[in-house]
Amino acid sequence: MGTLTIGCFPGLVGNMTYDFALKLADVAATKGHKVNIWFSGNATGSVKNHQKHLKDYSTGEKYLTALLAKGVEICTCEACTVARGIQKTDAIEKVQWNAMHWYLAKVHKSDRVLQIGGE
Amino acid sequence: MGENVKLAFIVQKPQYKGETSRLGITHAISYQTVEILLEDGELVTPTLCFVGEGVLGLQKGQKAMDMYGVTSSETHIKNALLVDLDVFICKEDLAKYGIPEDSLPDAEEMGADKKLQIVPYSEIQKAIEESKHVMFF
Repeated sequence: MGTLTIGCFPGLVGNMTYDFALKLADVAATKGHKVNIWFSGNATGSVKNHQKHLKDYSTGEKYLTALLAKGVEICTCEACTVARGIQKTDAIEKVQWNAMHWYLAKVHKSDRVLQIGGE
Repeated sequence: MGENVKLAFIVQKPQYKGETSRLGITHAISYQTVEILLEDGELVTPTLCFVGEGVLGLQKGQKAMDMYGVTSSETHIKNALLVDLDVFICKEDLAKYGIPEDSLPDAEEMGADKKLQIVPYSEIQKAIEESKHVMFF
């Protein structure tokens, strides 16, 4: 089994690329691959807890929690996140907080990297 | 001896229009501190490349802090040089947008040894081919 690291930059709401990143991560983890997800830019807004899933909008919390339970490592860029007014106490549990070098370290150990660019 | 993983950071969106192009620069710069998360002897060696619209917004003399209260892309480029990143700017794309090569900054006054490298696209292609992973911003 391999290691896949996904860099995810787009916002949760407003396009479907974020949704794609999580679904891909789920498929890879289900197949037994090691999966890491790095959130940067607008994607960091998705680590906020207590998201209300309105049917007209994408939601992240339910899927992130499920991925974490499957052993997927998820880390958010601390600077990007606090710049959006989200503190650790407001965030989904078990999501890691770190700086960009976390992503580069995971990339170093990955067989494949998928960079999903943002706005 | 640990593996030295070469990475290509390809910035193809203009500075200031969105956040992604700036994040390409800052992610590349973060190679400076990645060692704390790696094993002894392991390395990450990034090459930062600007192509297409990515060559827009790199000129010297930027006043982003005065106008917007944010660090300029010029400052980020200088920081990249200061931490010894190889920074490639596509020569053909500069010509396409009419950007003079001498309008681009260097970080000599900050003590940087590296300079921006204005290169044909073939050099950027070579850097891409030599990299284990390629990331587009």
